[in-house]
This record gives sequence, C-alpha cells and structure tokens, in this order.
Amino acid sequence: MIDKRVGSLAEAVADIEDGATVLVGGFGNSGIPVELVHALLDQGTRDLVLVTNNAGSGDSDVAALLREHRVRKIICSYPRTTGSIWFEERYRAGEIELELVPQGTLSERMRAAGAGLGGFFTPAGADSLLAEGKEVRVINGRRHVFEEPLHGDVALIKARRADRWGNLVYSTAARNFGPTMATAAALTVVQVREFVGLGELDPECIVTPGIFVDRVVEVGV
Amino acid sequence: MSGPRLSLTDMARRVARDIPSGAYVNLGIGMPTLVGDVVSPEKEIVYHSENGILGMGPAPAPGEGDPELINAGKQPVTLVPGGSFFHHTDSFMMMRGGHIDVTVLGAFQVSETGDLANWATDEVGYPPAVGGAMDLAVGAKRVLVLMTHTTKDGRPKILPACTFPLTAAAVVDRIYTELAVIDVTADGLVVREIVAGLERAELQERTGAQLRFADDVVELVPGAV
Repeated sequence: MIDKRVGSLAEAVADIEDGATVLVGGFGNSGIPVELVHALLDQGTRDLVLVTNNAGSGDSDVAALLREHRVRKIICSYPRTTGSIWFEERYRAGEIELELVPQGTLSERMRAAGAGLGGFFTPAGADSLLAEGKEVRVINGRRHVFEEPLHGDVALIKARRADRWGNLVYSTAARNFGPTMATAAALTVVQVREFVGLGELDPECIVTPGIFVDRVVEVGV
Repeated sequence: MSGPRLSLTDMARRVARDIPSGAYVNLGIGMPTLVGDVVSPEKEIVYHSENGILGMGPAPAPGEGDPELINAGKQPVTLVPGGSFFHHTDSFMMMRGGHIDVTVLGAFQVSETGDLANWATDEVGYPPAVGGAMDLAVGAKRVLVLMTHTTKDGRPKILPACTFPLTAAAVVDRIYTELAVIDVTADGLVVREIVAGLERAELQERTGAQLRFADDVVELVPGAV
C-alpha cells in the first residue's frame, strides 16, 4: 500500500543532512511551511543552501534558521523585506552568501530541474548585472541569458489537503512556489492542514499529483 | 520643488485613462498601486499579482479576509468573481511571455531609449533585491512608468543613459510624472502632455535627456485630470 503520511514533523525531516540544498515554499508570509522549517531547526542540520523567494522576516521560520547560523547560502529574488533583520545582519557581517535571481527565473530554474531540462534562455535580466558571467545569446533579435536548472535535495512546502498518495490541493495564494518546488527536489516533504481519504480530492482539481510528493504530515493549520 | 505640478491622485488618474477596458494589468509596488483606486468603474480590468492571482480585488475589511491572500507588496487583498489562483511558474509565464497587456512600474531612472532602472541604486553594503521587476519589464506588452520627474534633491531621473543598474533595456513605452506625459519613441523622447503653467524650457531644465514636443501638446490641469 502506498502511504506517504508520516506521524510527526520530526520524522518528516529526520534524515535531512548537513549541506543540503533545501527549497522552501512561500512568498512573504503566505504559504511558508513554518512548522516544517521549525522542525528542521530542531533537527539541527547546518551549512544549508536555502532556495526561497524572501529571506524571512521577524524571528520565525527562515529567519530563525539564519539567526541560528544554519545557512551557508541563500538563493532568492527578494531578500530585503520589512523585518528581514536576521538576513541583513548575516549579510552585512559577510556570514552568508547571496545568489540573487529574478523571481521568474528562480521559479523557471526549478521547473527546468523538475522537467529534466538542462536550462533555458530568458530575456529577464539579460541586460542587467545579474547576467554577468553567463552566456548571452540573441534569439529573435532579443538578448537572452542562459540559466541553469536548480535542483533541491529537499523541498519543504505547505498545502491545504493531501491524501495518502500525496495528491495535493492548496489554499489561495499560498500555492505560490509549492507545485514547482515539489517537482524539483529529490525529497519533497509537505505539511498540510488536513488529510483526506483516497478518492476524496476531485481529480479535476488536484494541483500537485502525488508522484511529486514523498512525505506528508498533518499540522492542522 | 515649487511651481505647477500634478498631485499623486492626478498622476494616477492620468495613467488610469490609458488602461483600456478588458486589459490584464499588473501594477508595481508603491506609487503604481494608486492607479487601481482611480480606474473608472465602468472598465472591466483584470489585475494580476505575481504571486499567483488573476482577478485581484481590493483590501478586505479590517479583521476579515484570508491572511495568505496577499499581493506582491505582501498586503492583504481579495479575489473578485471569476478570479483564479495558479503557481509561480505559470504566473511568470504570464508576465515574461507577453500575456500581460499593461504594467505600471515605478522607477529610479529611465533613459531616452526606454532603458529602465528600478531595482538597485548605488548604495553600498545594502543587500540587493530584484523580485519580479526584470520579468515584468521584459514581458509586458506595454510598460508604463509612473514616477516623480526628479529625485528629492532635484536631480533629473529621465536621462540620456541610466547611471543605476539596469532592470531591462529599451522596454519603457511611456513616462508619467507630476510635470508631463512623455513617450519613448524611435526618435527619442516626445512630450505629449505638460502640466498647465509650466514653460517648456523649465520642463527641459528638469530633464537630463533632450525632449521634443509633439505638435499637439495637451495641457494637464491640476485637479481636473
């Protein structure tokens, strides 16, 4: 029997290793798998490469990983948000490496990874500093920059409901990076508000099919 | 700066007039969000938000709404009937792939060839952040810039070439400021409209790049835009 449900947050993140590249869903405070990130904090892994749109704010989740010196590098589009104090502190002290990526490129690099592609040419950023050191090619008269796929060792994402096969539906704009990140990691771990029985999710409305999901844990929020 | 000028509301109203009914529109963070407040209710506009929303509606009543339903500026919003949610990759497909009809963006600088600088200045030690600015600038069918004509200390923001890092080259179609409406054309910058009471020479003085004036320049009357 296929059953991707696990009984605890600790179990869901138990085998994530030091140095792992971890894709973390969310945009601002929407769709962040807060409970999974806190479980990762408790689990103690270090030297992480985080891939996430923002660099956390306040003292919770991603910001807490930064505060506790667990992160070696962050790959993101917008690290500077209201209250991103821990990122700024670590950045100014030279304690963290930042790879800044245009938001659509960040998402598409993960899509390329999930889709088994070797990268893509995009016009976004082709005339900017962010293209430095990368191949630029003129396609249909326009400059495009080559971007490589971005794989994760682990993806941590948040959805609303899952069944035991790992089929997922999301909640409003909290969907954001979840469906793409689920495809791009070797191990995809999902926190959901609630489990439902197999067959209860409308197959026409399943957003992430369970093939992309390895573990689901119910957190009630 | 003294002299005749449009208010922020006038500026937003002027931009709103150029957004056609039926358009799919992405409004940038900051000043451009004002445009959504003054678009004629007779127009049916579908607002896009980069974090996966089409049919974005106004802010919910205080204490109501879904805390995870936010806009690109991380503020709570609502969904209008007919609206939809989708993931980030699809959202940026809409932006980069030429499916958004109009975007209104703020800017630090715009060049006479339509180069846009709106993501980074020359501050040292400040962590850079880009978000969706580059994808939107290269992908939207029409890129409208809404900004003040000069910096707070009076330096021009419309220049022969941007001095700040570029967001994208040759993408801006039209610039709206408190002083004028200016088109970026193959023949350089063309003033279409100027605030009433401002001499053409004064406008040129506050602009770093060379301006040409259309044959039929329209006057913008503060409070009556």
